[in-house]
Amino acid sequence: MTVRDFQQAFDEKIDREIAIEPRDWMPDNYRKTLIRQISQHAHSEIVGMLPEGNWITRAPSLRRKAVLLAKVQDEAGHGLYLYSAAETLGITRDEMYEQLHTGKAKYSSIFNYPTTSWADMGAIGWLVDGAAIMNQVALCRTSYGPYARAMVRICKEESFHQRQGYEILLQMSKGTEIQRKMVQDSINRWWWPSLMMFGPSDDNSPNTEQSMRWRVKRFTNDELRQRFVDVTVEQCNILGMKLPDPDLKWNEERGHYDFGEINWEEFWNVVNGNGPCNKERLEARTKAWENGQWVRDAALAYSEKRKQRAKSDTKAA
Amino acid sequence: MPEQNSNKNEWPLWEVFIRSKAGLDHKHAGSLHAIDAQMAIENARDVYTRRMEGVSIWVVESKHVHASDPDSSGAMFDPANDKIYRHPTFYDLPDELTHM
Ligand SMILES: [Fe+2]
Ligand SMILES: [Fe+2]
Repeated sequence: MTVRDFQQAFDEKIDREIAIEPRDWMPDNYRKTLIRQISQHAHSEIVGMLPEGNWITRAPSLRRKAVLLAKVQDEAGHGLYLYSAAETLGITRDEMYEQLHTGKAKYSSIFNYPTTSWADMGAIGWLVDGAAIMNQVALCRTSYGPYARAMVRICKEESFHQRQGYEILLQMSKGTEIQRKMVQDSINRWWWPSLMMFGPSDDNSPNTEQSMRWRVKRFTNDELRQRFVDVTVEQCNILGMKLPDPDLKWNEERGHYDFGEINWEEFWNVVNGNGPCNKERLEARTKAWENGQWVRDAALAYSEKRKQRAKSDTKAA
Repeated sequence: MPEQNSNKNEWPLWEVFIRSKAGLDHKHAGSLHAIDAQMAIENARDVYTRRMEGVSIWVVESKHVHASDPDSSGAMFDPANDKIYRHPTFYDLPDELTHM
């Protein structure tokens, strides 16, 4: 078969919704795009543990602490599923870590905002995990098999994340005046960055068309963002809170909510490393990796020793 | 399995298989890195069975998995196609016939 035949067989599979698996032929750019997207996704799960990890020791009750610990542990798991999906495309785990730690790789900008109050644990679960779910449900049908399977597993686990966050806000919203203020303040800070999680608008997203053609993406950034706005408005009403957007209103004709313009300058600023916590997050992540070196060394030495022992035992026998 | 551009310090890759309940087969769940089989099983417990997804775990170092070649899957699985007499529906029997 020639490259053209391979390309044709690949295109046919995509058109017929047949999943692409690791050892199948695939165009270089498809491979590259997936490595970039899946590893960025993995990095987001890993860095995403930091803003919430910040509150584990200060959770207001044992119940909340147990829940937050379980959620953060899930995010670690999500990172691991995704790293191993990316590895099936021929990049190593160490290469991906290296790209993250040197700042070469991106991760979701949302995690570069600070978590300044307990209500933020609620807003993150509700809005940030909510936006992530919107994205991830769509990716369950992405064309690359290992990525789609990782997404299915992740989506099953995510719904508790959103519900526990909403429950935090719901409880606080029935609390004191100060607690209600905390909730509103938190929503004010997280709403716009959550909308930014869907990425640049479609006319500024040059890769979207190709990704849609490859069925890596199933919906555009703007489609998913709109869907998120539409479902979130009512949820906010139930909390008795306001979304911080004066332009937000139902558009009968479109059958969707209209909403205000996103501050794209802020978006690009944070993407390019100048958000409030970019430096802190990378430092924390790098430090965790470096401080764990002795554990990895010890595990390696221990397994070497056991192998040696097993060898000398069989000799002696 | 794809050959890892092996980094000396990177722990080996393992494939994880999980039996979701007694009576069912072990099914491939994903992969992970671990220094040895024992650690691979412990990590698989934490990574793949946080919600009672399994009652038994198998791990196999990825380099020991041998797979058929996807590019020759046509020729490989073709012989099954033209032997339709292996399927029960191939046989033309009277409708009155029951319990068969
Ligand atoms: Fe996650
Ligand atoms: Fe989550």
